[in-house]
Amino acid sequence: MTSLLKKVLAISAISLAPAAFALDMTGAGATFPYPIYAKWAEAFKAKTGSNLNYQSIGSSGGIKQIKAKTVDFGATDNPVKFEDLEKDGLVQFPAIIGGVVPVINVDGVKPGEIKLDGPTLADIFQGVISDWGDKRIAIMNPGVKIPSGPITVVVRADGSGTTAIFTDYLAKTSTLFKDGVGSGASVKWPAASTVGGKGNEGVAANVMRVKNSVGYVEYAYAKKNKMTFISMKNKDGSYVEPDDLTFAAAAAGTDWSTIPGMGTFITNAPGAKSWPITGASFILIYKNPENKANAAEVIKFFDFAFKDGKKMAEELDYVPMPDKTTEFIRKNVFTKIATK
Amino acid sequence: MMIELTQSHSAPTPQALRIAKIQRVQDFLFHGVTQFFALSVLIALLGIIISLVINAAPALREFGFGFFFTQEWDIVNGEFGGLIAIYGTLVTSLIALLIAVPLSFGIAVFLTELCPGPLRRPLGTAVELLAAVPSIIYGMFGLFIFAPLFAQYIQPALAGTLGKIPGLGILFSGAFNGIGILCAGLILAMMILPFIASVMRDVFEIVPPVLKESAYGIGCTTWEVVKNVVLPYTKAGVIGGIMLGLGRALGETMAVTFVIGNAHRLSPSLFSPGTSIASTLANEFGEAEAGNHLSSLFALGLALFIITFIVLACAKWMLSNMEKKQGLKT
Amino acid sequence: MIRSANINPEIFARRKRTNKIGLTLSMAAMGLGMIFLLWILSVLFIKGFGAIDLNLFTHSTPAPGSEDGGLANAIVGSLMLVGCCTLLSTPIGVLAGLYLSEYGDRSRVASVTRFVTDIMLSAPSIVIGLFVYAFVVAQVRHFSGWAGTIALALIAIPVVVRTTENMLRLVPGSLREAAYALGAPKWKVAFMITLRAAQSGVMTGILLSLARVSGETAPLLFTALNNQFFSTNMNAPMANLPVVIFQFAMSPYDNWVDLAWGGALLITFAVLGLNILARVVFSQKVQG
Repeated sequence: MTSLLKKVLAISAISLAPAAFALDMTGAGATFPYPIYAKWAEAFKAKTGSNLNYQSIGSSGGIKQIKAKTVDFGATDNPVKFEDLEKDGLVQFPAIIGGVVPVINVDGVKPGEIKLDGPTLADIFQGVISDWGDKRIAIMNPGVKIPSGPITVVVRADGSGTTAIFTDYLAKTSTLFKDGVGSGASVKWPAASTVGGKGNEGVAANVMRVKNSVGYVEYAYAKKNKMTFISMKNKDGSYVEPDDLTFAAAAAGTDWSTIPGMGTFITNAPGAKSWPITGASFILIYKNPENKANAAEVIKFFDFAFKDGKKMAEELDYVPMPDKTTEFIRKNVFTKIATK
Repeated sequence: MMIELTQSHSAPTPQALRIAKIQRVQDFLFHGVTQFFALSVLIALLGIIISLVINAAPALREFGFGFFFTQEWDIVNGEFGGLIAIYGTLVTSLIALLIAVPLSFGIAVFLTELCPGPLRRPLGTAVELLAAVPSIIYGMFGLFIFAPLFAQYIQPALAGTLGKIPGLGILFSGAFNGIGILCAGLILAMMILPFIASVMRDVFEIVPPVLKESAYGIGCTTWEVVKNVVLPYTKAGVIGGIMLGLGRALGETMAVTFVIGNAHRLSPSLFSPGTSIASTLANEFGEAEAGNHLSSLFALGLALFIITFIVLACAKWMLSNMEKKQGLKT
Repeated sequence: MIRSANINPEIFARRKRTNKIGLTLSMAAMGLGMIFLLWILSVLFIKGFGAIDLNLFTHSTPAPGSEDGGLANAIVGSLMLVGCCTLLSTPIGVLAGLYLSEYGDRSRVASVTRFVTDIMLSAPSIVIGLFVYAFVVAQVRHFSGWAGTIALALIAIPVVVRTTENMLRLVPGSLREAAYALGAPKWKVAFMITLRAAQSGVMTGILLSLARVSGETAPLLFTALNNQFFSTNMNAPMANLPVVIFQFAMSPYDNWVDLAWGGALLITFAVLGLNILARVVFSQKVQG
């Protein structure tokens, strides 16, 4: 009798085991990687039953909530400096690479038809160029019919790592922009007609709805909604269109293992095929987290994402972290997180 | 028979005394428990005010009371000022009132004077039900339906007509985005319209018929009755209702955040995007780190709460004056 | 012979004209108001109906870029949040309303409480959300359905208190006095006589408070947050319809926008349904 009971208990224990170990984890932060994190979370749930609930509230929100310890991990495209990481007891690692793309809503213009360089784009976002009929745009695009009209600049209303990457690029290529606006997660946009959107979604939605507008979004948002993007001139002087190949070319030269805290911008990277506004999105976790079981599961999640999530990332035109880097992360970052 | 009764009531039995004692204790507990819960509402409000003040204090200490009149909102350098958000809140609410009040007045007059009998209840109920529709619906309607139409037809029309008038022109200048301060004001107007209309209708209905009939009796037209009898009688109630609507408009988050454009700038043009206190809080609270940013947001919240408090206190005072006149209160 | 010589035909004509203009403007206002409101409701119905199908109730919210999906987690989350809020706010509100009506005539505390309740009735809901974040979420270090419940309760309680007090006051004093004359203690009179007599009115108040909090978004933004998955864990972030609608509506994805309209229609149905139910409940008692 007891052996039968033991067998029943054993069988039910085994069948319930995955559910018993299924955890609920919460992460919050950047909207830049939200599409891929959500896809990875769905796949992870199918495999292990654990729910990784990711809320995209913007990079600054991610930093704030992890510092307030209300979430298990924070996500930000605006990397935190090494000194600040050490001060707060956090570790940081890049999880995915993507590209920021300027998108427009102008009648009759097709994706990639308009070509610009960094300084001109900076002038548009700074309000120095305020009409689509401006000669400076026309000079770079001979033969392209661009109807004139006042430009409405669409930016992020919330603190955003996407903004940090975008303004980092603009400041690198235009001293006027660097002195007048600067770079960071929240900057003061001086253009007279500026509209703010919440998250990458908000910017995309606003650009799609407002005529003669220009904004900047992570490429997954532009691709999914078939938005009209601008081709950019990269550091080497050639015009490139955004896709995962040009993003990968831009990221190829970065050696993540040499950077303390692994936080850096990779905008305006050299390479004939490099997309100039490429960036990585980072994860922040405590070295000594309060909920160690959840932290362990989060590590498992990213381990799964690095191994099995590459195809999903490429489908959405993100660039998965190279194996060399993920090995480094496993050996040097995951080990720093106390999971017991 | 009577003597028996009085005799049986001369002294309470020990059992009766015991029951009475238990009941006294029960009543004491009843009083205590209900008073506790009544006080809890008071305590909650005090808690909200105290929490707002404590969290806003750092910003107020840093920037002084000039905070509410400063036009900065620089997250990078930590310089904040509440003027842009306060301006947005006040201007959108003002636009909403300017449009909703005359329309509500018309609706209330229609429902009380002009409406044929059998239609009165259904239409009145319809207006009240519409006051209950959640505000996020109005926001979605504004963003998806109203803003594009606004940008395509109404904005050019306004710029072409009122925009040409010298002094007024600056109000209607700028690009035709659809979203912006004027759009937010119009959506707010749609939202508070049923609210003010049903309050006005309620106060119009309590005018004693004898007053109106004596006016009709000496030959007044309907309009004159409304203007010279109903309106003066219900003046306090009408103003109270308007202020209640104003209170709702000031605090509204969702309907405004969808269409106001979320830009931290102060522009004389009504077409330009701006921000209100509630939408600034909705957009930035999740990410503001402890320090000047978070504290400034709490200071904005405190400002909103104080403004709403004053408006509501005035509304309450007006409405209670109305009830006193009616004889319901002494 | 009746002399109408004292009527100045010009002034009379002017008065008639003013009357006509005024009343026509009134009708126009009514028409305009009705047009606006019918427009909004019809847009809601048309766009929302397309999204209502079985999937809406069986699938959870989709990831960005995924097809299909539904609102199951948000619907269940909202039901749980509103349900717990009602469980919390009804006893507090009814008891507070009892205090105000039974003891409130002579008490200073009562008149201050009444004033405060009216202020809370129209207080901006986002400020309440801020307060609960600072008081609850930041203290326990995580977002939760409980924090959302507390925020909603702070909005619902003033509604219940006010309607309960008003309904209890309508109960004729003679009923109470008859009960006292029989020797009943005050608490028995309150619960078994007064409250029972006013029960449909009090039910109306509870239903109205339910309707009010069902549509509230701002207080949930920083308390219950949101959840991509199906969860019934009140101690963790909870999916809920209003925040999901807020997020989906402003997004560029078509299926998300459709789901947002579907959710908006559901909420409106629920709120209007509760309001109508409240009226029916109340009027039944009045007739009966």
